[in-house]
Amino acid sequence: MLGWLFASPAERRLLPGGRLRGPTPFVIAIMTFAMMTVAAAGLALSNAAGLVVQGIENRFAVQIPAGSDLLPRALAAARSAPGVVTAEPVPEAEMRRTLESWLGPAGVDDQLPVPALITLDVGANADLAAIAKRVATAAPGARFIAHREVLDPLLRAIRVLQWLALALVALMAVATSAAVVLAARGALDTHRSTIEVMHGIGATDVQVTNLFQRKIALDSLAGAIAGAVAAVLVLLLLAGGGTAFAGDLMGRSPLHGLDFVMLALLPFALVVLATGVARTAVLATLRQAT
Amino acid sequence: MGRDRALSAIVEFDSVGLRYGTGAEVLRDLDFRLGRGTFYFLTGPSGAGKTSLLKLLYLAQRPTRGRIRLFGEELSEAPRDVLPGFRRRIGVVFQDFRLIRHLSAFDNIALPLRIGGRNEAEVEGPVREMLAWVGLADRASARPATLSGGEQQRVAIARAVISQPEILVADEPTGNVDAEMAQRLMNLFVALNRLGTTVVVATHDVGLIAATPGAQMVRLENGSMVDPTGSLRNPSPSPHGETRGTS
Repeated sequence: MLGWLFASPAERRLLPGGRLRGPTPFVIAIMTFAMMTVAAAGLALSNAAGLVVQGIENRFAVQIPAGSDLLPRALAAARSAPGVVTAEPVPEAEMRRTLESWLGPAGVDDQLPVPALITLDVGANADLAAIAKRVATAAPGARFIAHREVLDPLLRAIRVLQWLALALVALMAVATSAAVVLAARGALDTHRSTIEVMHGIGATDVQVTNLFQRKIALDSLAGAIAGAVAAVLVLLLLAGGGTAFAGDLMGRSPLHGLDFVMLALLPFALVVLATGVARTAVLATLRQAT
Repeated sequence: MGRDRALSAIVEFDSVGLRYGTGAEVLRDLDFRLGRGTFYFLTGPSGAGKTSLLKLLYLAQRPTRGRIRLFGEELSEAPRDVLPGFRRRIGVVFQDFRLIRHLSAFDNIALPLRIGGRNEAEVEGPVREMLAWVGLADRASARPATLSGGEQQRVAIARAVISQPEILVADEPTGNVDAEMAQRLMNLFVALNRLGTTVVVATHDVGLIAATPGAQMVRLENGSMVDPTGSLRNPSPSPHGETRGTS
């Protein structure tokens, strides 16, 4: 099945020219680099979105408009409700500090009314309606706000970016295929006289194709390795500068074990794609010839 | 009798015509048979269609009408995939040699054997022997660009005959060599013919034709075969009385 890959010295001499001649290695190197960095970004976004969802899935805020007067009753009601894991009030000072960053010094003015806020973590199967009812009974007018609802626009944006990354990877694969088709046709044109002689003395299309397929596969492999090395270096540089930020945001590395495996397989997938496309293009071109 | 004739014919053309694109027919109503193991000279004025006829013979071109049978098989409309197997049974000496310029003389001559699937151990001996035969033993590693016209022609002939084809087609094979070498090459063709190879040589060299006893002449004029006696429709048996099996 892979016999075509192991050509004899005589077969290698039929298509002259060493490695890294022609556009294929360079196109594949650039595409590999771009695909790996885009894919890494997409995977990191996916992991970040997963972590955010995991963190807020069961977290709610209870807003009490009347302020701190009803806070103790609401807190007691929340803590006694079945399914509530934790219920903690947000200190007023912390809320005013947050407001200060938006409103300036007016945010810490005692005259500015600030609602009381309770953060709730509930169990996976908690009855949210029953909890909300119990809290509302203790503190009329209390609003139950799911963190998920607040962050949904951000999560949607992250999902769009993930799909965009996937689409970019697919587009780059298509562009790579188109470049390989052009390179294969160019190579056929360059070696037209050799092909005519080979056909004339009984070479099959498959024999001719194997020569070009092997050359393009090796050129692609060289390009893919170069592109992958460059991508790894850039990703390491980015990780070096952004690890603290990413760690603060996510509490762990933005890429996991399986992500690294996928990224490592990407250059080889591109080589397989280029080789398959080259074989198809060469065979199709030869069959059109006569 | 008719069945014997059919069996001895290695090439059969029935009402064959050929045109390139939308141009006029360059070959018209070719209707002939070539006997197995026979030696033919193809003659005719320039532009008569000799090279086009040879292209049909070595399966580089399909006829635009009529039928061609080679080795007993109808090949006019045969699928592309089956043609290489038949081409390997035909040796061709092209008028312009068509050597692969980046390969050495050795590699050019070895090409048919390698394409035929022979391993390197089976290639070395016959190629060295052939190089010696055409007087190029010391030029084995030379590229075509460094060879003279005559030397290139000898490499082309060696490449055509190395696999001992059943049909040898040669287009002006001695055009670039001196008289002595021309005679040596013709002797090689005759030797191959004695082993059963059907030889078709297109040439203008009447001296060469005269020096090859037993050869038959095929004449083309304006794309048509000149065959007043009808001998090409009913070929006589090989003068050497030998035939080769269709392996």
